[in-house]
Amino acid sequence: MSKGSPISPSLMATKSAGAPKAPERADRTAETAVGVDTAATASPVLGPNNVVPPTVMTGSQAIVRSLEELGVDDIFGLPGGAILPTYDPLMASKMNHVLVRHEQGAGHAAQGYAMVTGRVGVCIATSGPGATNLVTAIMDAHMDSVPLVAITGQVSSGVIGTDAFQEADIVGITMPITKHSFLVTDPNDIPHVMAEAFHLASTGRPGPVLVDVAKDAQQGQMTFSWPPKIDLPGYRPVVRGHNKQVREAAKLIAAASKPVLYVGGGVVKAHASAELMELAELTGAPVVTTLMARGAFPDSHPQHVGMPGMHGTVSAVTALQQSDLLITLGARFDDRVTGILKSFAPNAKVIHADIDPAEISKNRTADVPIVGSVKEIIPELTEAVRTLFGTAGTPDLANWWTFLNNLKDTYPLGWTEPEDGLSAPQRVIERIGALTGPEGIYVAGVGQHQMWAAQFIKYERPHAWLNSGGAGTMGYAVPAAMGAKVGEPDRVVWAIDGDGCFQMTNQELATCAINKIPIKVAVINNSSLGMVRQWQTLFYEGRYSNTDLNTGHDTVRIPDFVKLGEAYGCASFRCERDEDIDATIQKALAINDRPVVIDFVVSPNSMVWPMVPAGVSNDQIQVARNMTPEWEEED
Amino acid sequence: MPRHTLSVLVEDKPGVLTRVASLFARRAFNINSLAVGPTEVPGMSRMTVVVDADGDLIEQVTKQLNKLVNVIKIVELTSESSVQRDHILVKVRADAATRLQVTQAADLFRASVVDVSTDSVVIEATGHPEKLTALLSVLEPFGIREIVQSGTLAVGRGSRSMSDRALRSA
Repeated sequence: MSKGSPISPSLMATKSAGAPKAPERADRTAETAVGVDTAATASPVLGPNNVVPPTVMTGSQAIVRSLEELGVDDIFGLPGGAILPTYDPLMASKMNHVLVRHEQGAGHAAQGYAMVTGRVGVCIATSGPGATNLVTAIMDAHMDSVPLVAITGQVSSGVIGTDAFQEADIVGITMPITKHSFLVTDPNDIPHVMAEAFHLASTGRPGPVLVDVAKDAQQGQMTFSWPPKIDLPGYRPVVRGHNKQVREAAKLIAAASKPVLYVGGGVVKAHASAELMELAELTGAPVVTTLMARGAFPDSHPQHVGMPGMHGTVSAVTALQQSDLLITLGARFDDRVTGILKSFAPNAKVIHADIDPAEISKNRTADVPIVGSVKEIIPELTEAVRTLFGTAGTPDLANWWTFLNNLKDTYPLGWTEPEDGLSAPQRVIERIGALTGPEGIYVAGVGQHQMWAAQFIKYERPHAWLNSGGAGTMGYAVPAAMGAKVGEPDRVVWAIDGDGCFQMTNQELATCAINKIPIKVAVINNSSLGMVRQWQTLFYEGRYSNTDLNTGHDTVRIPDFVKLGEAYGCASFRCERDEDIDATIQKALAINDRPVVIDFVVSPNSMVWPMVPAGVSNDQIQVARNMTPEWEEED
Repeated sequence: MPRHTLSVLVEDKPGVLTRVASLFARRAFNINSLAVGPTEVPGMSRMTVVVDADGDLIEQVTKQLNKLVNVIKIVELTSESSVQRDHILVKVRADAATRLQVTQAADLFRASVVDVSTDSVVIEATGHPEKLTALLSVLEPFGIREIVQSGTLAVGRGSRSMSDRALRSA
């Protein structure tokens, strides 16, 4: 049916037409419909809402025109047979189309673009393999709630379902990993579908939306007018939090002696950092920022106790564990944060504010659920708390802070120097952050380097830290950094990548070099799939099954990352000694006319600490191998 | 696990049945039955989904269903506040010797015979699932050749209309 052969319900069950009358009594039914509390917004159609009188054009012209009217400036994509008609009018458009080398790169680039700008990222691919190459990026955007519109060509409607050349049921394939998807077979549907796609991707809980357009719909004539009417009767995201719930939350905050602000990526998506700061400073509560929320609250702030989770700081993990109140804002109790769920924060009451009602009480039951945007909820909560503190006094958190500050001082983040004489990867990453500063943008791949980049770079602002959190997509960094640089051309953009990740998507260096997108790539080269290797060290008796990549010190160095970078037109350096780290980073920072690739050769033996081993309580956090902090008897 | 009956008002768009069914599959929710058909409102269909789930899970099912863009509204119908019916067609062995007994059994359940041949009859019955189970157990001794059964259909008692209210709030 996703191929446009509508097995619509109306074709399936005609016999049940005519509902029987039931006149006995008017009974109450348990209503679970989405609340209708949508804030009064001007127009759901993104962009300036220019009025375009009816104009005859082709479907492909309508796609391009819709994108222009929606305010799109940049697109990442790669043409092919079924999307060819759309690439023709695209050539005449003032929009900037970045020709990638692999569709996955287009998808991640659109994600990176969306993450730094807060605008919808757009990627285009052709049918079949072009579309399936987008799947990883779409899934990534789905897991991390990134506003993304993916436009794919589809074979002509007449041959859909016949296994035509380059036919894939991409609507069906992506159904579980999109917020919504459309198959367009009538060119007249294009304007409203495009407007709906952008509306869906960017409002409520953001996410990826797929628009699959049959080739004949691109070629056919239609009448374009703008703005179109958005018709989504089943889509009414709740933005404003329920007043009563907000007051209940304030009461819990006023009564708590060990509160923690558990801050997730939703705060970044909602652009609510300023609001968060006000609430945090009013309550005086410690703040933990999850992997997706790094930078939502400045690391330098004394109330910041770190990142929670499997590789979180002892202070952040313990703050959550020992808390009596989790003030959860745009976070989702992911297993990487909670560890074994039933042992997570056992004594805490939970306030859970999230724009997605399905996240509330999904993993951890909320005592006070608040559905809505944290952008709206946090200020209301701040006001409610202020009122309450005014009458009941400000809670005394001195004991709580004594305990947490002691943990912060006793168990700071750090690393041990490798015994093999090679550089510590943590030092390289720490120096990149220190020399570039908080105005830079840091994009990580997935693995050890990602965790170190989350730990050792100091984030002072939101939208400075990009990574593949929920999906854990190796290969995210280079294309996402490329997209970030297109979105924020004036900022320094670092891709902090691993030698494994880098080999998955480095073809986009060609895109960067040719299109003058001067990202900087730091390959943290430990010559292995480092995180997997770490687990093999810890849990598989050091049996390194298929994790050696032969890219580092004392190996054949295939590929040679310096030569590879040069082949792609990038300035390329190798750094193998501690004393060269700063100078190499400075050299990279001075180059702005082309991409830079640095092969930082580091020790394969460094490990990410602290660590909560999988399958145990967060209380079992280890600061180094088999070393668990001594818990003071705390009362 | 308790049984829940959900009435789901959806847009009649291609793929909506797949979206609902695959949501159940990937979230590991079990569908007991699913019936779908058009409503009095053009462009809107109504699904009746019967699920076995505990309280927390049914809440999660409902919330996840609500996230589907084509889902307009969900109402849980309890057995007290709604009329619930299944529809069944059952082919039973019945020759000259047993035909009368078979049709009498059908009469007791207010079922009707809709096809007769020399050695079989087709019985059509409508009713609450328990009633149909009882009918089948009575017919069993004669020899059941085939059963075709619909999913449960359910509608709230009283004058209120689910689609009416959904449209007003939309």
